Amino acid sequence: MKHFLAIFKKEILSYFNSPLAYIFTAIFLVTGNWLFFQNFFLMNQASVRSYFDLLPWIFLFITPALTMRLWAEEKKSGTMEVLLTFPVRDIVVVLAKYVSSLVFLMLVLLLSLSLPITVACLGNLDWGLVIGGYVGAVLLGGLYLAMGLFISSLTKNQIVALLLTAVSCFLLFIISSSFVLQSMGFLAPVFRIAGAADHFYNMARGVIDTRDLIYFISIISLFIYLNNQSLNSRNWKA
Amino acid sequence: MIKISHLTKKYDVQKALDDISLEVKKGEIVGFLGPNGAGKTTTMKILTGFISPTSGEVQIDGINVQEDSLSVRKKIGYLPENNPLYEDMTVREYLSFVSGMREVTDEKQQEEIINTCGLSNVLEKNISELSKGYRQRTGLASALMHNPEILILDEPTSGLDPNQIVEIRNLIKKIGEQKTVILSTHILPEVQATCDRVVIINEGKIAAVGTIEEIIQRAKGKEEIYAKVKGDEEKVKKVLSDIPAVATVTKAEEESAEIKGYKITAEEEKDLREEIFDALVANGFKLLELKRIRVSLEDVFRELTTKEI
Repeated sequence: MKHFLAIFKKEILSYFNSPLAYIFTAIFLVTGNWLFFQNFFLMNQASVRSYFDLLPWIFLFITPALTMRLWAEEKKSGTMEVLLTFPVRDIVVVLAKYVSSLVFLMLVLLLSLSLPITVACLGNLDWGLVIGGYVGAVLLGGLYLAMGLFISSLTKNQIVALLLTAVSCFLLFIISSSFVLQSMGFLAPVFRIAGAADHFYNMARGVIDTRDLIYFISIISLFIYLNNQSLNSRNWKA
Repeated sequence: MIKISHLTKKYDVQKALDDISLEVKKGEIVGFLGPNGAGKTTTMKILTGFISPTSGEVQIDGINVQEDSLSVRKKIGYLPENNPLYEDMTVREYLSFVSGMREVTDEKQQEEIINTCGLSNVLEKNISELSKGYRQRTGLASALMHNPEILILDEPTSGLDPNQIVEIRNLIKKIGEQKTVILSTHILPEVQATCDRVVIINEGKIAAVGTIEEIIQRAKGKEEIYAKVKGDEEKVKKVLSDIPAVATVTKAEEESAEIKGYKITAEEEKDLREEIFDALVANGFKLLELKRIRVSLEDVFRELTTKEI
């Protein structure tokens, strides 16, 4: 636990030490607010529904940026050797890195609360939807982060990690869309469950279903496990 | 204390280490010497538990590094090749992260290490702004933080200027009084200056082990002496060859028509300087210079690592 906290602290520190995190936070808040309020007054409805429709797409650009350097930079600069020769299990390092990125994302989401608060001032807002939406956003973000962290462990190049993660997140999100399902034939039911979109939109509608929770938690665990394995691969007796 | 037995490491088909066995006693300073790519770094990575060997094993204080990596890691302080550090942290932040990872809560111990490594002036500086010498000290401080019994340093002086090299060497010597130190280098004087024992590694194999004296002795075999004498060349050569136990006499250089340098080899390992002096004086020659030619570690190293296989 001490080790976990030490790594967690280091990672959070390095988010706040780097300008990149601030830039991405700013981009996230500005694009999110702009795209939402652009149509908000036309629709004339005190609803944040359209914001949560947008969120997965904005996440595609933000979350890979949060995870891209977590392993790639350690690999490139060689600090990974320092980190992984401390008396600590690999899995603790993976979890600490993951949780730090998740906490940072939650901080960014906290800042975006200005948006529903503004809406609530203007009209009668259904807070149930907002809570469901934010729970979904944390879970979907958590899923993207777990994927991004794993992909970052496969390369030394941050840009490669960023792009690969964005593409993978995009694929995982769209494979359950009806457009894709149409062309999948007998695989369609599998894709329907595997895709992240339905699970997220269920929550954004304010329905928190255990099936959706299980989906997110199990995929996140899968990527954490894969990440641990990819660190382990340095010990394979090739 | 450290026991390496039959260590082999393959990367794909290439063998980085080929059946290396070695024992290091407590309190020794051992230097790994070898050309780049010889397997020094690979050996160290295995010792610290960062990677696993293809076959063979390492035991430290009777604990197998692969089986109980965590308890072995607690005993070791490691400075990897190129001294990687988190560039975006200050020295203080980095060292406090390291003490967190090493579970060092004693602030006195932390301060002592900061003082030993001479870092008190740069604590608030960003690591990316440090000079190479200070970077190296920071790396050493982080390796020493938990007061480990064993210190593994991969090329601790690479890229430093001569003054910094001397500083770091002295630091290592000071630390080495109480600890077991394994360091690697391809700089020969470094080994001569700091190490009790040398392991010469070449192409994944151990080419020679021993103290520097032992290795040189083994490699040179015959004693060689250089003498500069004033007098007629032929006569001097005759006098020298007549000394029993002298094998060959060759002219090495010519300072002037009268003064010439000669290289004399002995038949066996024997110091011939007294005999040469007496013989020359008895025959009325003036001896201007006389010295044993020492085979340097450089020569031995070159011989051991460039040999055709």
